[in-house]
Amino acid sequence: MATAPRFWRENPSRYNLVGFKCNACGRYHFPPRILCPQCRRKSVGKIEPVRLHGTGAIFSFTEIHEGTYEQDMNKPYIIAMVEMDEGAKITGQVIDCDACDLSIGTKVRTTLRKLSEEGSAGVIHYGYKFIPVCNGPEAPADK
Amino acid sequence: MRRVAVIGTGITEFGELWDSSFRKLGIDAGLAAVEDAKISAEQIDAMYVGNMSAGRFIRQEHVGALIADYSGLAKDHIPATRVEAAGASGGLALRQGFLAVASGLHDIVVVGGAEKMTDVSDMESSMIQSSAADQEWETELGATFPGLHALIATRHMHEHGTTREQLADVAVKNHRHGSLNPKAQFRREISRDVVLKSPVVAAPLRMFDCAPSSDGAAAVVLCPLESAKKYADVPVEIVGSGQASDSLALHHRKDICTMDATRVASDRALKMAGLSQKDVDVAEVHDNFTISEILAVEDLGFFAKGEGGEATEAGSTALEGDVAVNTSGGLKARGDPIGATGVAQAVEIVTQLRGIADKRQVKDADVGLAQNVGGTGATVVVHIFRRA
Amino acid sequence: MNGVGIVSYGAYVPHFRITPDEIGKVWGVDGKAMGKGLMITSKSVPAPDEDTTTIAVEAARNMMKRCEVDPEEIGALYVGSESHPYAVKPTGTIVAEAIEAAPDLTVADFEFACKAGTAAIQTCMGLVGADMVKYAVAIGADTSQGAPGDALEYSASAGGAAFLIGREKVIASIDKTYSFTTDTPDFWRREGKVFPRHGGRFTGEPAYFKHVISGAKGLLEMTNTTPEDFTHAVFHQPNGKFPTRVAKQLGFVADQIRKGLLVSTIGNTYSGAVPLGLAGILDEANPGDRIFVVAYGSGAGSDAFDIKVTDEMARYRRDLAPTLTQITSNPKYLDYATYAKYKGKIVKRGD
Repeated sequence: MATAPRFWRENPSRYNLVGFKCNACGRYHFPPRILCPQCRRKSVGKIEPVRLHGTGAIFSFTEIHEGTYEQDMNKPYIIAMVEMDEGAKITGQVIDCDACDLSIGTKVRTTLRKLSEEGSAGVIHYGYKFIPVCNGPEAPADK
Repeated sequence: MRRVAVIGTGITEFGELWDSSFRKLGIDAGLAAVEDAKISAEQIDAMYVGNMSAGRFIRQEHVGALIADYSGLAKDHIPATRVEAAGASGGLALRQGFLAVASGLHDIVVVGGAEKMTDVSDMESSMIQSSAADQEWETELGATFPGLHALIATRHMHEHGTTREQLADVAVKNHRHGSLNPKAQFRREISRDVVLKSPVVAAPLRMFDCAPSSDGAAAVVLCPLESAKKYADVPVEIVGSGQASDSLALHHRKDICTMDATRVASDRALKMAGLSQKDVDVAEVHDNFTISEILAVEDLGFFAKGEGGEATEAGSTALEGDVAVNTSGGLKARGDPIGATGVAQAVEIVTQLRGIADKRQVKDADVGLAQNVGGTGATVVVHIFRRA
Repeated sequence: MNGVGIVSYGAYVPHFRITPDEIGKVWGVDGKAMGKGLMITSKSVPAPDEDTTTIAVEAARNMMKRCEVDPEEIGALYVGSESHPYAVKPTGTIVAEAIEAAPDLTVADFEFACKAGTAAIQTCMGLVGADMVKYAVAIGADTSQGAPGDALEYSASAGGAAFLIGREKVIASIDKTYSFTTDTPDFWRREGKVFPRHGGRFTGEPAYFKHVISGAKGLLEMTNTTPEDFTHAVFHQPNGKFPTRVAKQLGFVADQIRKGLLVSTIGNTYSGAVPLGLAGILDEANPGDRIFVVAYGSGAGSDAFDIKVTDEMARYRRDLAPTLTQITSNPKYLDYATYAKYKGKIVKRGD
């Protein structure tokens, strides 16, 4: 079971996609790390916290029918690995759509939703999920 | 470095073993291995126990000491070490035992692996298994362990044209092999249709694409090759041991359709053995999901990337194929008591190389390989075995 | 009022809808007729992972997208709702973090039935007007509760809107505000209870109509205006019937309330209702347009505002966030079973 401090500690990344840019190699990463996994010690002092823009494209996805306790009432739900515009890949749920609306390459954006609750009396954990851009509120006018 | 041999094996039945506790399973397998090696307790120098999550499955940590105690070895105060690397715990325990004997520190080492999974609910069990992935950046976002493998499958189908039927063929083949293994959890054959019509777990993966939750344990006894003949008529040498790591989270991998850790670990093991993939007659690979076996047979170099599905469909990985893969039934049909799995793979390969695999015997098997995976590929352990 | 007004705004309504017909089927009620009486053809339904917090965040983020205000310059943030996810622990702190306005600001959650959001606007006006803060955020958002089978179930929905109040680059000045408050128990929810109770027809004349009309008349008097002086008007809209009738009684014509009347397709968004109606008007308003606003909250009170769209609106980038028309286009309709699941009305296992 998650605990409040464990989630709270990661709020900047969970709420606002704060990752980092390694100014040694120029790559964007998510979530934050002490060292760039590529540059290692060369990245010391060159890790710049960066908020990702929040848009990307589906790299792979699945509709989950057997979930966890937290997601038991959400079944079935969709999980995708999303390649963000900055290049970092992130795993998260895709919501407000059906799996049949999605394919590899579908453009998505992040939004803030409930991730889980520690029971009906416990802390609520919020974090990023993805919404297809063409289905969501940011539908381009010509679609 | 000394050469190391396996001189005894032991394995329990795998399945929903309601009557058996964790400690009973561990002792049953260990005792069987010790009897097979015809050694006495006094000769054992050390013990390594592969176990993923006794703390969550049975709320018991410190299982190295537990098994030493209940096997009577605490009397001699032998060192007993628990080894954990999620699904690769068993393979990694074997590697620790191998290193201990090879280094000359210990002569006779018992390596066990055990997991008792059915004392918790199915959902609790799947949550525990999901903790092998990145808890904070995969699982807590809603990803499940089957879900992450489904991401691999979706992408593999997209990039390499692997078909849903080819995934099913992995399960069909492994069930056929399992039907020939008296210790397997599932000892019946299934058709492609059964797989394709089973309930969806994480699309495109269905129930019959997934290894079951199992109780079980396995053990092997190791000693220096030079004294192996004293204990075993047909000792089997561990000629190569390779281990590799990769990013914990699947989304940080260079290519989710390739388990780099498998590639690297097998290269290291084969190099140590002075052998190539072509020399391998029989392999136990980590088919916790059908897609995992497709990746394994590609990343181990048996088939080119993208051709694992076709090769499976063509029967190249069956008992009578080019390389017999998962003759035990694999994780899919033999069962997957997580910590036991890596050791059970070794038991199967040794059984094959000794030529006592009965109905599932691979003809003239000389070189065998076991590939054991932790998480979605963050730890891979590969061992190469050869008839001594 | 000292040049205080709306600097930016943003709205959000969940993706899902259910029709009165679909609800009526479950309870043996002619849902179509019910919907017709309420002038509601569908209502919004929050997804299972949505609550007042997520709705407030989405609205506030849309608000921030449309302006260039540094979130660190926001000195106050208030979220008005009657469905705060926590009884104790603010919704506003989460919103403040999510728009990166924390930590140098004051935050609190407001509750005054359906007018908590407009009460927040008034508070923000005071703080900005008194130069206590440069910018302040007022949000009205709800995932309103209606007990299964209750008349409220046909209308209680979800949504919210956020307003950035300040003095620089004001797109709509808030020139006057007036409130009318009495102690009238027409609708309530006791601490610890899931669903509200209401006084049936008592919610009408002595509650909604008395307070909305008194609030409206108070503002008209205060500003020395008549309904003809306003381009648009928005009234609290628990259904379509009440605001239509109250507008007529006050002398407003249908055209004036059209753009702010969203209830017929999204339902009663409670604390989100007037804020969303105002957002809908701002989506299409032109410089010089004058907007008449009256919010109502049970218990009971009304907040009235005299708002004037400024020339700044011509430069304002409304297109940087979705308009309500865009937000509410392409919704997904649910059957009652899925609706019940989404609203957590299915008890699955002991907790």
